[in-house]
Amino acid sequence: MARSSERKRDITQAAAFVLPMLLVLLIFTLFPIFYSLYLSFNKVNLVGDVSYNFVGFKNFTNAITDERVIIALKNTLKYVVVVVPIQSILALVLATVLNSGIRFQKTFRSLLFIPTLTSSSALTLIFMFIFSLNGPLNSLLLDLHILNNPINYLNDQGSVMWAIIVMNIWSTVPMFMTIYLSGLQDIDSAMYEAADIDGANMFQKWFKITVPQIAPVTNYVVMMGLTSTFQLFDQPYIVSGGSGGPNNATLTLSLVIYQYAFRQFGTMGYASAIALLLTIAIFVVSMIFRHFSSENVTGEGR
Amino acid sequence: MQTKKKRITRTVAYVLLTIYSIITIYPFLWAFLASFKPYSEIVRIGAPLFSSNMSLTNYQYIFTQDPMFPHWIVNSLFIAIVGTALNILFNSMGGYALARLSFPGRRTLFMVVLVCIMVPSQILLIPNYLIMKAFGILDSYNALILPSAINFAYIFMMRQFFITFPKELEESAQLDGLGRMGIFFRIVVPMAKSSIATQGIFVFMGFWNDFMRPLLYITSENKYTLTLGLQSFQTQHGMQWNYIMAAAMITILPIIFLYIILNKYFMTGMRIGGEK
Repeated sequence: MARSSERKRDITQAAAFVLPMLLVLLIFTLFPIFYSLYLSFNKVNLVGDVSYNFVGFKNFTNAITDERVIIALKNTLKYVVVVVPIQSILALVLATVLNSGIRFQKTFRSLLFIPTLTSSSALTLIFMFIFSLNGPLNSLLLDLHILNNPINYLNDQGSVMWAIIVMNIWSTVPMFMTIYLSGLQDIDSAMYEAADIDGANMFQKWFKITVPQIAPVTNYVVMMGLTSTFQLFDQPYIVSGGSGGPNNATLTLSLVIYQYAFRQFGTMGYASAIALLLTIAIFVVSMIFRHFSSENVTGEGR
Repeated sequence: MQTKKKRITRTVAYVLLTIYSIITIYPFLWAFLASFKPYSEIVRIGAPLFSSNMSLTNYQYIFTQDPMFPHWIVNSLFIAIVGTALNILFNSMGGYALARLSFPGRRTLFMVVLVCIMVPSQILLIPNYLIMKAFGILDSYNALILPSAINFAYIFMMRQFFITFPKELEESAQLDGLGRMGIFFRIVVPMAKSSIATQGIFVFMGFWNDFMRPLLYITSENKYTLTLGLQSFQTQHGMQWNYIMAAAMITILPIIFLYIILNKYFMTGMRIGGEK
């Protein structure tokens, strides 16, 4: 008797702790996942009361033949494939240099962290000026006689995505560098001392000790890089005013989803289907990477 | 020979880091200085970094002449502060329950939290829009605060923290007749101060810097956050770089200020990130 009442009290107390979290979790995460699945199989009409018409797999079959989706997929993949490796490698190289026992390590680290603190909204505007016709980049390249005429990077379909790529690598490298740095400080220095005795040079030590030892952090960095790059939205939205232009050059999957869901009537279900495909793509790529990395990068297997 | 080589390596390291730091800082320095310059001076090609015409005019304009800008500051502050307070409370309570309390379904709930860490936000935005439309909370502070009132990564972080927390203190408090809530707020929370500060900073930054959710869920201009309002400077005034840069500085400087005074917690946060 006493026992069961005590148990009851425990559960009531636990409920008070869990309830707020549980409510938000159910209403704004778990239910939406299933709701989104439901939306994907319907044509959703928002005018007046929300109405649903079941359309089967039509949203999905439309998506894989939709020219805008295919362009967006190509742009997104180009962005992922260029940004993830460069930002990860550059971050590790910088972290290694920073960790090589130099002075002012803290100063450098603190200065380099500033882009991580800044909103995409403010950063993109600053870069839009830097890349603009009479901005600092054109000034510099004209002064150095690399260019004869200024280039309007953000209005040129050939260069605009590269401008976004450069800007995002610039802004994410410091964060990953900081994550790497704390990982590097955990590597046993005895390994490097042993390598010194064997007469290994700097590069041998980096490839034979640093890279394999830091592999778990690399896993994390790459996974985080993949999920965020696949969802690129803010920068292309701001640069193109939401259009994905010029000539669809900045159209990413997230931007297409946004346009179909919120800028066009009657295509919210279709947008949900594309969002679902994007989510599945992120999961599949992450799984492939995880499988690949746990077997090969650490060299230990699991 | 060895020391000479070492000295060269070290010099190369300093040169590399200095160049990279200049590349990183230059855009900020440029934007910071531009925020004090008149428009004509900013767009003149080949204009020097410093100018004799620097003044606070741009700031004066956005604070006193622009009808919306002060609203946006208040909105951003309110959303970020309330949102962060709710996160700290709910994430810590949730993490504590998962680490310490016994209730049916605890293991399942923990697994759900782990899975939810990996759910990309893209898939939640559309259904949440419809859910909030049904609740009638679109275009309000609630639309930005409620769906983000918890954060799975920090629930997990708090759980990991509380699980290593010594039980004895709580047990002796229990003997003194303190209830669970009393134990939590009087004993556990004060000991978890640094974890709480770490999550608080990153959650605050998330709210303050968020662009996509305000864009989707807020429609009235007087309810915009700073990040969203900043964009409307583009259309409102053409591309008036002088005001854009001053407004951008207003969004950046509070976080930099936090960073300077709470540097230690920022670094702990990055460390935890790497161990997740």
